[in-house]
Amino acid sequence: MKYLGMDRMDRKVVVPGDLLSEDAKKSGDGTFIKDGKVYSLLYGLANYRDKINVIPLSGKYIPASGDNVIGIVKDITFSNWIVDISSPYDGLLHISEFPKRIESEEMSKYLRIGSSIMTKVKDVDPTMKVELTLNDQKLGPIKTGQVVEISHTRVPRLIGKGGSMISMLKKEVNCNIFVGQNGRIWINGAAGDMDLALKTVLLIEREAHTNGLTDRIVEFLKKEKVARS
Amino acid sequence: MIAMDETDISFFKDGLRLDGRREDQLRPIKMEVGVLARADGSCYIEMGGNKVIAAVYGPREVHPRHLQDVTRAIVRYRYNMASFSVEERKRPGPDRRSYELSKVSREALEPVILTNYFPRSVIDVFVEVLQADAGTRTAGINAAAVALADAGIPMKSMISSCAAGKVADTIVLDPMKEEDNFGQADLPIAMTPNGDITLMQMDGRLSIDEFHKAVEMAMKGAQDIYQMQRKALVDKYSQLEGEPHREEVQACD
Repeated sequence: MKYLGMDRMDRKVVVPGDLLSEDAKKSGDGTFIKDGKVYSLLYGLANYRDKINVIPLSGKYIPASGDNVIGIVKDITFSNWIVDISSPYDGLLHISEFPKRIESEEMSKYLRIGSSIMTKVKDVDPTMKVELTLNDQKLGPIKTGQVVEISHTRVPRLIGKGGSMISMLKKEVNCNIFVGQNGRIWINGAAGDMDLALKTVLLIEREAHTNGLTDRIVEFLKKEKVARS
Repeated sequence: MIAMDETDISFFKDGLRLDGRREDQLRPIKMEVGVLARADGSCYIEMGGNKVIAAVYGPREVHPRHLQDVTRAIVRYRYNMASFSVEERKRPGPDRRSYELSKVSREALEPVILTNYFPRSVIDVFVEVLQADAGTRTAGINAAAVALADAGIPMKSMISSCAAGKVADTIVLDPMKEEDNFGQADLPIAMTPNGDITLMQMDGRLSIDEFHKAVEMAMKGAQDIYQMQRKALVDKYSQLEGEPHREEVQACD
């Protein structure tokens, strides 16, 4: 092929239809197999490990069972809260998925239209009906702190390999952070710390496609801290 | 065809065309990816005198609701010409021609889009022609394919589009306005890089041999355009700079 673009380490920018491998067994996320060969389905970064995955550079969040997400209540029906999860599909939070037993009339007392919640996708059916739940200790309404929204495609970089980036960030900026797979991120801490956390998250979003990101973020945090003290 | 003695216009001078191109040469092409902040994907393209912008939104919720399909995403494609895009003011709004172009362009792109990934949703493609100079449908399809990729929509491959025509009994690639208006035939195609044709139209008359030659020439042109589309996309993320930047691709052959 004529234009191979950046070819650093094991990552490469690919466009839909690019041939990735002759070995069908290597097909991972964002790829498809035709005539025993692996091709890219997406415009994104191809990762060559034991399997080839293509990570998209943009696109909408598609809910999957088990994802932690941050949602905003947009409507209340007889027994469901309808929750915007920044996706083409709305989430449904059933009254029985609230940690406490409540009556239908009281629903708006606990979660009003506009309330932000840390929630989890309980199930997604083939017609893309998305069921949410609040039955977990770390889930619940957001009362303090702030929420930022980044592209959901950058979330894996924000978390890092095995959570390396996010645990480093939490420790360094002294904030509590909840990362929603849909790209919404909740940050809670002292005002100054929150500002720095926010700046860092946005920096990670901007540079998510580059190599050696964690090291550069550590460097950035060091510099910012010197500037502030 | 306009009642005009075709021998009146000479399409060739010293073996070159009116704008100095060879028979099998494309007009200069420039592409820019991600030009619109609010769209999920976008592309601006210049193909000779054509200036076209494409925007992709979605997958998103379908409005009006009755259009939605529970098994797959629907694709909507709107081709529109600005009233100032042609010499004589075009009456704004959809007309017979733009309905037809919207339909054929949608059908040119739909086969490569994995619509079954996004049930009950819509992928909206808007193509606005800002300046027209023959071959706006091909420019629109090229821009739309890049914008779809930029929007992160899963596709089996890219789509590239190019036209061939016949003027003064000669088959030429990518006819410009004069050749289109006073030529004998126009044959736009769209295809995947491995040669599967998803759009083919013809206006005018061609013999079977001429037809084969024109298709072959247009496919070669589309192949070159594919390389430019690819380069425009790859270049967007090839540099390390933090601030968002744009890459321009210039190609003349």
